[in-house]
Amino acid sequence: MFHYLALAVILFSIGLFGVLTRRNVIGILMSLELMFNAANINFVAFNKYIITDGLTGQIFAIFIIVVAAAEAVVGLAIVLLIYRNWQGIDMDHVNIMKW
Amino acid sequence: MDEPQVGIVFWILSFVLLVSAFMVVSLRNIFHCALFLILCLFSVAGIFILLGAEFLAAAQVLIYIGAVAVLMIFAIMLTSNLASKKITQTNENGVVSFFICLIFGFTTLLLIGNTHVWRYSVEGPGTDNTLNLGRYLMTEFMLPFEVVSVLLLAAMIGAIVLARKERS
Repeated sequence: MFHYLALAVILFSIGLFGVLTRRNVIGILMSLELMFNAANINFVAFNKYIITDGLTGQIFAIFIIVVAAAEAVVGLAIVLLIYRNWQGIDMDHVNIMKW
Repeated sequence: MDEPQVGIVFWILSFVLLVSAFMVVSLRNIFHCALFLILCLFSVAGIFILLGAEFLAAAQVLIYIGAVAVLMIFAIMLTSNLASKKITQTNENGVVSFFICLIFGFTTLLLIGNTHVWRYSVEGPGTDNTLNLGRYLMTEFMLPFEVVSVLLLAAMIGAIVLARKERS
């Protein structure tokens, strides 16, 4: 149990690092997927070791996967829009919403 | 992790997972990052199998690798004519965010290590995973199941509306 939680924490930290440092929007989205996966590992591990009756953790993980897929679709559509309007997908140039 | 074989498989999978995750956030070529993301998602599916969630592993391979990662690769090919150029992919606060992530991970590991609930936790009995998942989704979790289908429909329509060419 401890090993799975530690693995999820390290994976989440790596994803957080990617979100904070990436300049590319697609890179940020990929790091977000890493963080979702860390959360999923936690849910399934808790379902196996702590709440063993019922499959609530796995069902929640399924919903997380679905929501992550929807988020990726909308996010990549926004990436296409940014690329069309700014001719590039650097986050540093997309700063008109500063206030 | 009672049997030694499970432990060995876990270590191999987590090693591959962490190395490929690190590659995802650190490589310069964004296309290579996407390929390492696929490897990373595969090893997460392996971890799911170790945890006795076979349906979830299959869904991971189908949805994440089959849909999300391929979508990422499509978006990379559509957007970046700069994919192969050796431009810097990270912004200037790399050191600060590295220490933030280090502190976050370290404190959380400390917290987990000092909590005693799961020291003595035992594995639950293995159940007929897919059958029970389907049964729960159709009875107890019926309403979220329907709501999430509406969410998928909304995401699909939203993506079409966003990515459509404006004709004015």
